[in-house]
Amino acid sequence: MTRPRPRTPESESETRNPTGGGATAMRLIVPLQGVVQGRGGLILGSLIPCALFYFFQLYLKRHRSPKPGSNPTSPSQSSSNLSDLQRSSSRSNLSSRGSIGPVQVSSRASSIAKPNDSPYYIGLDRVSGDPYDRLDNPNGIIQLGLSENRLCFDLIEKWLSENTKDSVMGRDGADLSIGGIAPYQPSDGLMEFKVAMAGFMSQVMGRAVSFDPSQMVLTAGATPALEILCFCLADPGNAFLVPTPYYPGFDRDMRWRTGVELIPVHCRSTDNFIISITALDQAFNQTRKRGIKVRGILISNPSNPVGNLLPRETLYNLLDFAREKNIHIVSDEIFAGSMYGSEEFVSMAEILDMEDIDKNRIHIVYGLSKDLALPGFRVGVIYSFNESVLVAAKKLTRFSSISAPTQRLLISMVSDTRFIQEYIETNKKRIREMHDLFVEGLKQLGIKCAQSCAGLYCWADMSGLISFYSEKGELELWDKLLNIAKINVTPGSACHCIEPGWFRCCFTTLSQEDVVIVIERIRKVAETCKISS
Amino acid sequence: MALNKNQQLLSKIATNDRHGENSPYFDGWKAYDKNPYHPIDNREGVIQMGLAENQLCFDLIQKWIRGNPKASICTAEGVHEFKNIAIFQDYHGFKEFRQAVANFMGKARGGRVTFDPDRIVMSGGATGANETVMFCLANPGDAFLVPSPCYPAFDRDCGWRTGVQLIPVNCDSSNNFLITKAALEAAYERAQQDNINVKGLILANPSNPLGTVLDRDTLRSLVSFINEKKIHLVSDEIYAASVFSTPSFVSVSEIIEEMECDRDLIHIVYSLSKDMGLPGFRIGIVYSYNDAVVNCGRKMSSFGLVSSQTQHLLASMLSDDEFVDNFLKENSERLAKRHSLFTKGLEKVGITCLKSNAGLFVWMDLRRLLKEQTLESEMTLWRVIINEVKLNVSPGSSFHCSEPGWFRVCFANMDDVTVEVALERIRVFVEKQQVKSKRKFQSNLKLSFTSRRYDESVMSPHMMSPRSPLVRART
Repeated sequence: MTRPRPRTPESESETRNPTGGGATAMRLIVPLQGVVQGRGGLILGSLIPCALFYFFQLYLKRHRSPKPGSNPTSPSQSSSNLSDLQRSSSRSNLSSRGSIGPVQVSSRASSIAKPNDSPYYIGLDRVSGDPYDRLDNPNGIIQLGLSENRLCFDLIEKWLSENTKDSVMGRDGADLSIGGIAPYQPSDGLMEFKVAMAGFMSQVMGRAVSFDPSQMVLTAGATPALEILCFCLADPGNAFLVPTPYYPGFDRDMRWRTGVELIPVHCRSTDNFIISITALDQAFNQTRKRGIKVRGILISNPSNPVGNLLPRETLYNLLDFAREKNIHIVSDEIFAGSMYGSEEFVSMAEILDMEDIDKNRIHIVYGLSKDLALPGFRVGVIYSFNESVLVAAKKLTRFSSISAPTQRLLISMVSDTRFIQEYIETNKKRIREMHDLFVEGLKQLGIKCAQSCAGLYCWADMSGLISFYSEKGELELWDKLLNIAKINVTPGSACHCIEPGWFRCCFTTLSQEDVVIVIERIRKVAETCKISS
Repeated sequence: MALNKNQQLLSKIATNDRHGENSPYFDGWKAYDKNPYHPIDNREGVIQMGLAENQLCFDLIQKWIRGNPKASICTAEGVHEFKNIAIFQDYHGFKEFRQAVANFMGKARGGRVTFDPDRIVMSGGATGANETVMFCLANPGDAFLVPSPCYPAFDRDCGWRTGVQLIPVNCDSSNNFLITKAALEAAYERAQQDNINVKGLILANPSNPLGTVLDRDTLRSLVSFINEKKIHLVSDEIYAASVFSTPSFVSVSEIIEEMECDRDLIHIVYSLSKDMGLPGFRIGIVYSYNDAVVNCGRKMSSFGLVSSQTQHLLASMLSDDEFVDNFLKENSERLAKRHSLFTKGLEKVGITCLKSNAGLFVWMDLRRLLKEQTLESEMTLWRVIINEVKLNVSPGSSFHCSEPGWFRVCFANMDDVTVEVALERIRVFVEKQQVKSKRKFQSNLKLSFTSRRYDESVMSPHMMSPRSPLVRART
């Protein structure tokens, strides 16, 4: 995982180079033109700057900072070379069945075929190999790397058992046959489900804003929702600016098949990791200088992995910025209903409601995986104010539609406003209890957490425990936590955090006893770290 | 003006036409959407015969669901599983689900071949499966050969977001639309000369729209062709269990057991949308013999995972051997009966169809009703069928058929009464045509009148409601 911070001085010197190179060139040309008379002089006078310019571009190209993550261009070049080779071979050897080389898959497949080296994914794999279980495997790895909420299933189970007449085939009174859900449905979701989701979103966001079902496109999870939006808003080679630290899955959802780049905009703990417009502007300009077109900003609010909220002021500033640069804003609000603090969540939709702003550039992503803890059911939402985006996104949902029986089941659940209200309040309380317990436990070990009021995790500063204040040191600590303490947490470098030592710890899959065990395990590792440092 | 400004903010994919929904093919849907047939409420409406959906066996599935409440997580018997299912988002999918699907796929091929559950990768319907396979096999600009006539949405599914182009290999009625190795070789060579990198061959077997199955010899020659050229073979076998008479279905999975072949080149796309009549459940399967494709496709399945609730239900249903055996048998018989009823009805009015034994449709031959053997005549005739006869059938040109005059007509998405109504309308129409041909000068006027009326009713796709069958059609 590349760490951009040491490279910033380099890129700054790069931006200073063009003027330096230009001045040198001028100093060379003028005397030359003076020396060589006549037509030859003109030709030389134009050739030499061209040659210098060419060499300069070559220099810049070689020294351009490599993109974070995998470089997609080299595998495709190598694979296209190999396929050229195969074609010429097959022309001469039409009947040959000898193996000329391994059969070529696409460059996308080649880049993924090798094991993923991000600690985020490595950790998840390790846990599935040795998962903790209080009774069966007490020495297994405890999962703190997956933001799942297991705290309120009892409420949903209770609701289901009281409402079992709403079986997979429909409500009492309505179409009770499979003929209702088996056939083709609108690919962007049933209208009744959209209405139900609009009401649900409004309810979880404290009724501060209402959502219009006709501006919604439903997808099989928030993962395809993000990808579909990306396909609609950007062409391959374009970029989105993303404040760091950010959810590691963005790299897959926004970049992988779309060919779009994500440009990190670094945020600092001194600002509690809230984005500054200055940093955004700088990143925008630097990206433009590299010849890359920025199509939008991607934010998560409430933030993952930090767990804080973007204040109203920041949202207004982002809007102004987007309008000035004529770019989009994609706001991932999937944790909007997982608030446990006392702050007020402000959705992008609420800001737009209040102002008469150009709404065509704002798009919201939502889903039921976090707030209602139903990731298996695959329910995602694209909410946009842009008609053209809605039209295009609708067509793209052919690849990622929500299963009809799941929609039927959830329509009743999500429309039951009384149940949802009870769920939201209970969920809030339980997350807060878990959060307080966990954060207090960390505090006892001298580990502070960033201020947060939402999400299913906390953002812990373990820089005091790392031996080298660098990405290497952070990964060493992560390794110790995974292999010695046997807990899987997500290191900040996987989230592109510029400050080493931060870790995201999800606590909503734990019980209160588990928390005690986790803290104890961290304590043991913390002690060995303090001894060795 | 506002629309243009909006569109400037969008990507090329969002604003180009490769979704295919602007083609005249979908105008038939619009006509149906505006005036859908209903046996009681709207007897003069347009009958939908352009949607390949199997509604013949709902009762069997319904009976099974009612009799197995444990399989559903929203019943008293099944709710204790809710927690584990709701939280499960692993892209490997439930092991029981994959085993059940592998079991079903094997049974649909008469038990002649077994499938490995670990090679089963989920996707968002067969639509998503085809796209995923393309993402895994080809780079933007690469091409796949496809025998035509072919499923119209292949272009969108295989090429829209992937940037892959499809090169049709034309087949015509001179040899009953069989694919010949010569035709494939010619298409391949032409592509080479045009500097197009052909990565593979994609086909549907049983065929959509033809309704025929590939015989063993043709399959063997196809497999040897792709082996020679070292290109991939993607076999969309979505109608594998919708074969209702002889010859029996031979899957590419059987062929590779009996001949030497590089298995890394073989991929199968499947779904439960047609064989089980459950398109609303969105169950797509990619089955590849290539480990890199399985690995990559599995990661891509995050963009189209099957709902865990659906996985759980189907895992139970498809592991019930008694149910599956009975279902496959019943489905076959009902399709055969419906096919026979429809084709015999057509024969009575002198309309022949390509001899077919699979699928949910027939490939109807209306060449003798065309004024001229041209595309324009086919379109004219088609508009008449939609507007006068009030049947939404699909013209051959939308399947990239090079021979005008063929139409695909679906028969499995309606009850017996509606079939009779459709046949009656066709009978009336054909008889009218025979009278018309005696009064030629008048027929000219009539045809142009209807086409003008039709043009006025063509709307921009942007105005379509989300409930339009257009957007939920998989044809």
